[in-house]
Amino acid sequence: MAKVTPHFLSLTGRQNRPNTLVNALYRLTVPLAFLGTTVTVQADELEVTFPTLNVAEYHAPYVAVWLADARGKRVVDIAVWYDTDMANNEGEKWLKDLRMWWRRSGRSASMPIDGVSGATHRPGTSSIDLNGRFEDVPAGDYFVWVEAARELGGRETLKVPLSLPVKQTVNTSAQGQHELSSIQLLMEPAQ
Amino acid sequence: MKKSLLIGATALALTLASPFSEAHRVWIKPSTTSVSGDSEWITFDVAVANGIFHPDHFAYPAERLSVVSPTGKPVDIQNQQKLRYRSVFDVELTESGTYKVFNASQSLVAFWKDEEGERHFWPGRGKTGTVEEFYQAVPQDADDLNVMETANRLETYVTLGAPTADNNKLTGKGLELKALTHPNDAYTGEPIDFQFFMSGDKAHGTKVIVVKDGEKYRDTAGGVEVTADQEGKISLQFDEPGMYWLEAEYEDNKAKAPAKKRRASYVLVFEVLPL
Repeated sequence: MAKVTPHFLSLTGRQNRPNTLVNALYRLTVPLAFLGTTVTVQADELEVTFPTLNVAEYHAPYVAVWLADARGKRVVDIAVWYDTDMANNEGEKWLKDLRMWWRRSGRSASMPIDGVSGATHRPGTSSIDLNGRFEDVPAGDYFVWVEAARELGGRETLKVPLSLPVKQTVNTSAQGQHELSSIQLLMEPAQ
Repeated sequence: MKKSLLIGATALALTLASPFSEAHRVWIKPSTTSVSGDSEWITFDVAVANGIFHPDHFAYPAERLSVVSPTGKPVDIQNQQKLRYRSVFDVELTESGTYKVFNASQSLVAFWKDEEGERHFWPGRGKTGTVEEFYQAVPQDADDLNVMETANRLETYVTLGAPTADNNKLTGKGLELKALTHPNDAYTGEPIDFQFFMSGDKAHGTKVIVVKDGEKYRDTAGGVEVTADQEGKISLQFDEPGMYWLEAEYEDNKAKAPAKKRRASYVLVFEVLPL
């Protein structure tokens, strides 16, 4: 059965979805979904929650999300949230502070990465759509990594295991200490 | 007066020529080694001092350094300033890849005592001694005449984006490092493998010392000392991230006449990053 993969959804957080063209398209896809008879909507997603921090000068964290194999090698870049609005791409100056992701992927990438790069998110829960993101990944054991680094703040990484292809419902989470509250991975078996 | 000036100059020449023989250490220290973005600036200290990385002795002249871009183009150092105990300068990284900042020198040197027992050194400060000049300038029948081929190399590497090595081929001159692990890809808990070459040959027996920054805050200097194997290789591993100073020394008797020994030193500052 064919699946519609709304790629442009992958970076839009639930709680802070501004009224942009992309989100207008999102609202359009909901009625569109009923037009086709072969459309399947899966609940494959990663929820990333940042704490609200009571600090004098808060900057939203830079965040990278990626799939890596058991040896740590990056397989798929899922999301990179950074300051995309600065003139002359100056927001890229701090990408290196996502130092795990920078080594595994970022330093070799040409920014922005299509379908991966996006603006920073405010505190709260953001949802990343994972539908179809791992279709081309060979069967095996992987980890979904999340790394957050904040200006004048700290850095934290979390990871949850994921075996592909998904054979039974996955609902795994990891708790953070300071820069990340938690991450939660929800995956359903491929149809 | 003249004599004390001469001694001062000699001490300085020794310091620059061979940091090993004196207790002094020389380094080019970048503020950071791996940066991101379309372009970025990195600022550097260059100094000769007693402790790592605590400038307290002599400002190494930054104009002696060369900078090569990832594609092999010469790059100007900017905002250069000679301070009391260190020189400072900036490099703007505009190409993606690894920049090399270095000085390399080779010279014939001689030490001897004159009839009054006074020690002499040739050639003078910052000068390069050649074989022709040696026969003119150095009394061949002097007491304790010691003639050496020396080579000194001072390096550091900085990278915009992913590390590259296209601009870094061995020259076959002096003691050189072949970075089996790229100096800008060194991480805690992972082996860092280096190979040394002397005049293009694997430098078996090269003596290496590695000291982490913050030396002044430690009761024991805490340097790691290793000796290169038959292949000229060493393997390092560090638990602590930080800026590290590496000095290697090589010496043998394979010099060409009139030298009897050849002695070479190599200094690298590199950063070990945490994951």
